[in-house]
Amino acid sequence: MKPPSFEYRRAASVDEALELLAAGDGDAKALAGGQSLVALMNLRLARPVTLVDIAPIAELRGVSSNGSLRIGALTTFTELEQDPTVAQAAPLLAEALPYIGHPAIRNRGTAGGSVAHADPAAELPVVLSALDATVTVRSRTGERTIPAREFFRGFLMTAAGHDELVTAITLPPATDGAAFEEFARRPGDFALVSVACAVSGGEATVALGGVSGAPVVVGPTAVDSEDAIDAFAASAAESIAPPSDVHGSREYRQHLTRELVARAVRRATAARRS
Amino acid sequence: MASTLRILNVNGREHQVNVEDRKLLLDTLREDLGLTGAHAGCEHGVCGACTVLLNGRPVRSCLMFTPQAEGHEVSTVESIANGDELTSLQQAFVDNLGLQCGYCTSAMVLTAHAYLQENPKPTREEVRDAISGNLCRCTGYTGIVESILAAAEAGYGEDARAGGE
Repeated sequence: MKPPSFEYRRAASVDEALELLAAGDGDAKALAGGQSLVALMNLRLARPVTLVDIAPIAELRGVSSNGSLRIGALTTFTELEQDPTVAQAAPLLAEALPYIGHPAIRNRGTAGGSVAHADPAAELPVVLSALDATVTVRSRTGERTIPAREFFRGFLMTAAGHDELVTAITLPPATDGAAFEEFARRPGDFALVSVACAVSGGEATVALGGVSGAPVVVGPTAVDSEDAIDAFAASAAESIAPPSDVHGSREYRQHLTRELVARAVRRATAARRS
Repeated sequence: MASTLRILNVNGREHQVNVEDRKLLLDTLREDLGLTGAHAGCEHGVCGACTVLLNGRPVRSCLMFTPQAEGHEVSTVESIANGDELTSLQQAFVDNLGLQCGYCTSAMVLTAHAYLQENPKPTREEVRDAISGNLCRCTGYTGIVESILAAAEAGYGEDARAGGE
């Protein structure tokens, strides 16, 4: 279908974007790469009165690292894939990036857009939750930094207010080991289940995607033996109540969760040993 | 609704269009510029039939409003051929039965055109991955993969990167 009418405004600066978002009083949305929002508008599932195009705001682009990795909201997934800093400072994110949509989607889709949209099957929120990363949002009244684990509230719901703009995400320094696993019917499809695993000091933390309205974090739990890994994977699968739908039953998603958690933890701990 | 004058750079030429802000880049290309190579399939980013190149990279033209394209270089499949002469990639689609109904073909060609410049000698598996964002509902994928592999074998990626194709 075709999208409904809206007022298009182009913001040259963060301050200008924040003014426009505040003036919209809940009916204005920020437009970055548009890979989720435009699709929703074409389906007429979203009908913002005003779209604030933030693409021209240069200060929201790019990546910087000083141990932790700061990613500007407008940085595209393709830019992240091609940035050697990302592979070095955030191996878990680097491993997850190829699973995000298709190349044509990653060429336009942005880190901030994915976070603000908060699709429960999206990869980036799962990675951020596993790593205990933070999301920085700004409004006219100031800036807040929100832990990712509190930012994702449920299906397409976040802790950001309608007058707040996601400006950056910050990942803590790389853990001892990390691994990302995902099962989807075809490459690039939304995940039936995705698992981001970070291992630190012999303990594993996983975040699960596609199984609930928001990423589910399990751990940290000691994973010092094969039995401990299997037990951890079983407890992760038992801790969730995923939906049954046309793509898979609850039992199938729980089975996938158990299998993928075990694989991810094994790989993340093996990387540490070698 | 009010229309706004927008300046688009398409296939190396500047165009002025007077369109509603909500008009998808796809529809502006087809209806206002007469470039019907990009096709409307699903119109929500799933099928890939509307693929165009934005600054040389494949994107979905159904997931962009026209004003978002201002200031960027848009290339459609119409810019790929050398006049009336097919490129070796396009010829490979003809030779290897890489199209049936043709609806997905222009997008497949553009996707392969960009991909082979990035990875000039891909494996069969890599080609399958590279076109996974483009649906062919005739399910003629085997011929499409063969076409892209044949073009790669003939050096299309290297030539296109050097500006020869």
